[in-house]
Amino acid sequence: MAEVDCKKYLKLSGLEPLIVTPESNFINVGERTNVTGSRKFLRLIKEEKYDEALDIARAQVEGGAQIIDVNMDEGMLDGVYAMTKFLNLIAAEPDIARVPVMIDSSKWEIIEAGLKVIQGKGVVNSISLKEGEETFIHHAKLIKRYGAAVIVMAFDEKGQADTYERRIEICKRSYDILVEKVGFPAEDIIFDPNIFPVATGMEEHRRNALDFFLATKWIRENLSCAHVSGGVSNVSFSFRGNDKVREAMHSAFLYHAIQHGMTMGIVNPEMLEIYDEIDPVLLEHVEDVLLDRRDDATERLLDLAESYKSETKSTEKAIAEWRNSSVQERLTYSLVKGIDEFIEIDVEEARQQVDKPIEVIENHLMNGMNVVGDLFGSGKMFLPQVVKSARVMKKAVAYLLPYIEASKDGKSSSAGKVLMATVKGDVHDIGKNIVSVVLACNNFEIIDLGVMVPPEKIIETAVKENVDVIGLSGLITPSLDEMVYLAKELEKLNIKIPIMIGGATTSRAHTAVKIAPEYQSTVVHVNDASRAVTVASNLLQPEMKSKYASDLKDEYAKLREGYLNRSREKNYLSIEEARKNKFKIDWGTYQPSMPHFIGSKTVYVELSDLVPYIDWTPFFQSWELYGKYPAILTDEVVGEQATNLFEDAQKMLATIIDEKWFVAKGILGIFPANSVNDDDIEVVTSGGVDKFLSLRQQSQKTVGAPNIALADFIAPKDSNIQDYIGCFCVTTGFGVDEKAKEFEKQLDDYNSILVKALGDRLAEAFAEYLHEKVRKEIWGYASDENLSNEDLIKESYKGIRPAPGYPACPDHLEKPTIWKLLNIEQEIGVKLTESMAMWPAASVSGYYFANPQSKYFGLGKIQKDQLADYAQRRNISIEQAEKWLAPNLAD
Amino acid sequence: MSKIQDELKKRILVLDGAMGTMLQRNKFEEEDFRGQRFKDFPYLLKGNNDLLSITQPEAVKAVHRAYFQAGADIVETNTFSGTTIGMADYHMEDLVYELNYQSAKIAREVADEFTDKPRFVAGSIGPTNRTASMSPDVNDPGFRAITFDQLKIAYKQQVEALIDGGCDLLLVETIFDTLNAKAALFAIEEVKEERKIDIPVMVSGTITDASGRTLSGQTVEAFLISIEHIPLLSVGFNCALGADQLKPYLKRLSQNTSLNISAHPNAGLPNAFGQYDQTPEEMQQLIREYLQENLVNIIGGCCGTTPEHIKLIAEVAKEFKPRTIEVEA
Repeated sequence: MAEVDCKKYLKLSGLEPLIVTPESNFINVGERTNVTGSRKFLRLIKEEKYDEALDIARAQVEGGAQIIDVNMDEGMLDGVYAMTKFLNLIAAEPDIARVPVMIDSSKWEIIEAGLKVIQGKGVVNSISLKEGEETFIHHAKLIKRYGAAVIVMAFDEKGQADTYERRIEICKRSYDILVEKVGFPAEDIIFDPNIFPVATGMEEHRRNALDFFLATKWIRENLSCAHVSGGVSNVSFSFRGNDKVREAMHSAFLYHAIQHGMTMGIVNPEMLEIYDEIDPVLLEHVEDVLLDRRDDATERLLDLAESYKSETKSTEKAIAEWRNSSVQERLTYSLVKGIDEFIEIDVEEARQQVDKPIEVIENHLMNGMNVVGDLFGSGKMFLPQVVKSARVMKKAVAYLLPYIEASKDGKSSSAGKVLMATVKGDVHDIGKNIVSVVLACNNFEIIDLGVMVPPEKIIETAVKENVDVIGLSGLITPSLDEMVYLAKELEKLNIKIPIMIGGATTSRAHTAVKIAPEYQSTVVHVNDASRAVTVASNLLQPEMKSKYASDLKDEYAKLREGYLNRSREKNYLSIEEARKNKFKIDWGTYQPSMPHFIGSKTVYVELSDLVPYIDWTPFFQSWELYGKYPAILTDEVVGEQATNLFEDAQKMLATIIDEKWFVAKGILGIFPANSVNDDDIEVVTSGGVDKFLSLRQQSQKTVGAPNIALADFIAPKDSNIQDYIGCFCVTTGFGVDEKAKEFEKQLDDYNSILVKALGDRLAEAFAEYLHEKVRKEIWGYASDENLSNEDLIKESYKGIRPAPGYPACPDHLEKPTIWKLLNIEQEIGVKLTESMAMWPAASVSGYYFANPQSKYFGLGKIQKDQLADYAQRRNISIEQAEKWLAPNLAD
Repeated sequence: MSKIQDELKKRILVLDGAMGTMLQRNKFEEEDFRGQRFKDFPYLLKGNNDLLSITQPEAVKAVHRAYFQAGADIVETNTFSGTTIGMADYHMEDLVYELNYQSAKIAREVADEFTDKPRFVAGSIGPTNRTASMSPDVNDPGFRAITFDQLKIAYKQQVEALIDGGCDLLLVETIFDTLNAKAALFAIEEVKEERKIDIPVMVSGTITDASGRTLSGQTVEAFLISIEHIPLLSVGFNCALGADQLKPYLKRLSQNTSLNISAHPNAGLPNAFGQYDQTPEEMQQLIREYLQENLVNIIGGCCGTTPEHIKLIAEVAKEFKPRTIEVEA
């Protein structure tokens, strides 16, 4: 094997050493403690079930992992918190902590948080030249100082290496910089020269595996002491769902990669066939592909793969069989499977067997729902199934109601009364409805006040109905303040009802820091429908509720303390300094593209034209199924459910289009504009001159990184260059609420939620569709663009369309300016609530920036000086400005 | 190359013995700890040994002098608890810079009294009383009473003061949690970079019991790997064990590193009254075995050792050549 004379070994440590010598076997890196690779792990981390998450880590080490990879990169997670917490907990488990940790993240702050809590020498996964040499050197220097080895991705300013030549070019350059400029020990450098899928059918992917092997060999022969690693499962991506072929591919790939000098890798041991035991015919076909030995290798493997696909079983017989079981078993079966076909027949049969009709609910149906609850609680059922179960349950209860009323034997005793509401000014309710359904399934009585509920109404209803829990939901940032306000009001009235907080914009940290201190009684953050039942039960159980409440208080107090401590450590620039460090565009050489159209116009579009633009991944997220579309359809854990849900969605989508349930309406405008006074954008329309106000990042950046504001992407007035800006609003929301109500009347929460989720997706698709039209035709600055939907989702296009209320411009008060410029309410009927939420909810608005250097970013926290400056520019009081920008103010 | 590295090539260097043990002989009372300057300080100060560098500098200097006279090449500053974290117990966080600066300065003054051979001052950097990788609360294993960043800031202040006061080298010692030591080393590297200086660094861990691991659970080899990313003058062990119990771990260390090795064991294990009663002669015999087996480059004493111990250790050290280094990788 290729091994240059290197006397220095890669040495790592947990509580025990791991030394990689030329005699060492391949080093197995455990991959299950990775939220991007394991749904189960993600769920456990989200639910803060760290004990079970530790079990996964332990099982990996027991199963032979010599290093464990830990990754907390997920949009909804506080990655720094999760990484720190999990590694701290691992440190307390000697049977896990004995092996070194691989800190896996694409975010430097998460990597650094990990480096600060491991006492051993771990591995950072990964850094690269992607953001340039300066950042690369800075990070490498710190990694060395913290004492870790490093994985370097074959990635540079131009992109990811996808040929042999690019791989060795980037690895060589990275190596030279690390060894010569940083003084990084060569033996602590591990290259990841990119394992890409093969047999994709694309000509340029044919050499993906072979180039990896050859690059590995080159690295080992030419870059003294350095190692090679990679994530193996990527190679078989085209054969998702065909485990037999995937396992063979992984083994054959590893066999050749190790021969060429690969030292370690991220491998799922369960997805690995023993090389010598691979069917020789399959092996030959697989190796033909990996080594690019024949022109028709891919077709031949695809053909052969068909014969390994597991056969789908016929289910007719099974159906007949379950109908032969007892009435209780049949009811349970219907509830678990969400089948409503036989529910009335079976309920009637049960009713005739009991003295009082109420007993059917209290016994038969509750028995069935308990099974559902248990399966859901243990992760064996998923949200869409539970919502379907609820639909069956509702129908069963509706059938029984007339009999119960006739016999007048009173109401069934519920587990507790829960008030649910989306707070004032906010119109988003999918999450709230899901939680309501799940709670109702578990015998809670739900009083749902709907959306935009004023605080007085929430309080009045809570008191009058004597509810046990108040559930508050919200999606936009001003809703956070509404929740704080409500907590204060309840406190003033000396009300003691526990509050549950949920919704996309809410967080444990916000609940602990801002809401809980305002309310003597319990406040708890629940962002998962699956946790809502446990939380509500804990809040109400007489034996344990006081302990639970005091535990929560402690937990939030600790969280608050930690949060306040942490935020003090961040460094900020003054707004003047931040402005000096703005994102610099060389205006001398830039010629803005003259729009083909100036002014505003409305746009109507057929719903069917929007379908190709739908990004399905968030759709699954709204049902708490996590994973990327389309891979999620074949996911080992949630694949089946995702597929069923997707089929239902496709069916409804077809009806929506055929029967024209919704109307798609949009409006856009493009106007001459220039940036003025650093952070403002002056817009000239026929009606006069208006200003967009942008906010600037203020946190101290790593060397060389700018403090960005949206205004940086527009040519300044004093450059004498005429630049342009666009803005838009689209909706597919007219018709959604009516349809949802119809379904609710039919006791069909499943389809009610589904129709809203599809409305949201179509609105987003409309925004994507219109942006493309703007780029290619209406503005026309990218007329030669040719991107697939996948590229669109990855935002590979030129120019951006940021939306007020989202990370680049969290300021909702920009919306009234857009409304004014485009006369939106009169033109297409979309309104703004007092919290600046759009009604109907399935609407999207934002700006267009055409500059090719413009990019999405997150504002992060800003300081008091910018707040004061902003208040003055906006001509509002500092208190008002504080209220609108609260989530972005540094404490 | 600094002077101490030249000396290490020529001979086995001798480190001093216990500071606390010697200071206790003065039987200082609360008022002695306070001195004139802190007579109205609102909190009790007895037991704050580091403070004696300011309030009883002559007593501290006398200890340094006694060790140099006994033959020590290196003395440690009286700064074992000299961080804001350690001084918080006495409400003396604001005094940390001065404590370290004065301690280094007086040790330097004593060292300069001796001109027969090079004498060195090592700035002593203790572990603090908190652990960054263990929870003090058994019911909450994820909790930490101190973070890496807090440690780094505290250590940095100590390091800057020690260097300003005139130390020749730094000794990160009695490491029972490697993460604390990594924070100290990180701070040292920052100071070195900011001031564009180089200063030799000794690292000394503590094996707490017969398990052969640090308190935070690392084996000898894992400990070594975890601190080797920083250029070090030496690595070794001190405290907790006597010379005989420490020997197997020193052996494992010496087999695995090409760095110089240091050891400053206790004078045996404490007796039922918490006192150390290994005699200088007994300890000398054990150290002779170290030297015969080519285990160390720097040798001294920790808890319970006195100038009498160091005198005999220095005598036996003279008889041997420095440890030669024979390790692969």
